[in-house]
Amino acid sequence: MALADAGVAAEAVESFYLGNFAGPSFAGQNHLAPYVASGAGIRGVPATRFEAACASSGSAFFHAVTAVAAGVYDVAVAAGVETMTCQPTPRVTEILAGAGDLAGEVRVGATFPSLFAMIARRHMHEFGTTREQMAAVAVKNHANGALNPLAHLRKRITMEQALAGKPVSEPLTVYDCSLISDGAAAVVIIPLERARDFPGISLRILGIAQASDYVALDAKDDITSFRANRVAAEKAYRMAGLGPGEVDLAEVHDCFTIAEIVALEDLGFVARGEGGPATVAGWTALNGRLPVNTSGGLKSKGHPVGATGVGQICDLAIQMRGAAGERQVERRRVGLAQNLGGSGATSVVTILGAA
Amino acid sequence: MKRGVVYTETIVHSPPELFAREVPYQLAIIDLEGGGRVTVRIAGERVAIGDTVKWLESRNGIDFFEKTS
Repeated sequence: MALADAGVAAEAVESFYLGNFAGPSFAGQNHLAPYVASGAGIRGVPATRFEAACASSGSAFFHAVTAVAAGVYDVAVAAGVETMTCQPTPRVTEILAGAGDLAGEVRVGATFPSLFAMIARRHMHEFGTTREQMAAVAVKNHANGALNPLAHLRKRITMEQALAGKPVSEPLTVYDCSLISDGAAAVVIIPLERARDFPGISLRILGIAQASDYVALDAKDDITSFRANRVAAEKAYRMAGLGPGEVDLAEVHDCFTIAEIVALEDLGFVARGEGGPATVAGWTALNGRLPVNTSGGLKSKGHPVGATGVGQICDLAIQMRGAAGERQVERRRVGLAQNLGGSGATSVVTILGAA
Repeated sequence: MKRGVVYTETIVHSPPELFAREVPYQLAIIDLEGGGRVTVRIAGERVAIGDTVKWLESRNGIDFFEKTS
């Protein structure tokens, strides 16, 4: 679909980058990159799988962009894929926990919801962030997802529902957690000089960076902010020659509601501790100053983990081409995507500009 | 005896397969006296950020701490 949309023949693709977190664990299938590439008619070229937890396809995209920018390839495809619903929830929880530190936190019983629950508790303690502020992220993202035909769960929820949800890991309820989804996404990357040859490709990558940090949450000095987010954002802004105030819309990694609040702060959209109040004030709503997760985000659009990073790029493209229908935003010249892996061990930040 | 202060905590209701029989259980990241930060399990009374805890026992290689009175 990405190839058809871009007007690129499969034979023209020179390298294939696939993001996938845990295909071998979820579905038993290994050697996924050539498996998926050949299914799309792409053969005879490098096809490599990238794994960076929930930032797997963000990382695949980053490396594809890097190779094209370096002049190694003229046509690269970055894709992401994950199938998760084939396993029962306790097994999914266990597979996802493999993105944490098995020798420490996971060994004693940590799950991903519990790691983000502990981040939420500390954020609440230090900044006065509330359950209502976190629930407001879920209400907003579900409202956006209800308008997105590609969303997994097209259902509006109320603040009361969000607050009364079944506890997953306190203070997070089921409404604070993203979905267990199946999904795939792909994009085509070409050098700017070839843009005329590919009129179907419509966006510029203005800036991109990937950064890493400790895997274990307890190894980080401060868990209310992710260093990898801040480093990747700073580099991406510098490459783009832009600041957070110039971003028109953003897709951020709301694997849990608190993660969207932390992302707003780490990306410099609001000051530390202001992510919750800004959300309640409608600042990040469809008609707000900076619409965030107009796709519905991981919360409502869904979170097929290895596909999410490239999926965010596709979501920005839909908006920036003016093809978002009922949820179309007005200002759409600069879009930012932030894709987080684990509890902040990987972050990929991409800034896109309208062509 | 190891002691520490609770940096953050949660009560897990949706467990991985391995701990399915133990829910709900409390996890905490604690700052150990003398330095270091570790993720541990809490036994007994529920703890909150800032509470002081002490090492209770090790079960199957997992350290359990409890609130000091």
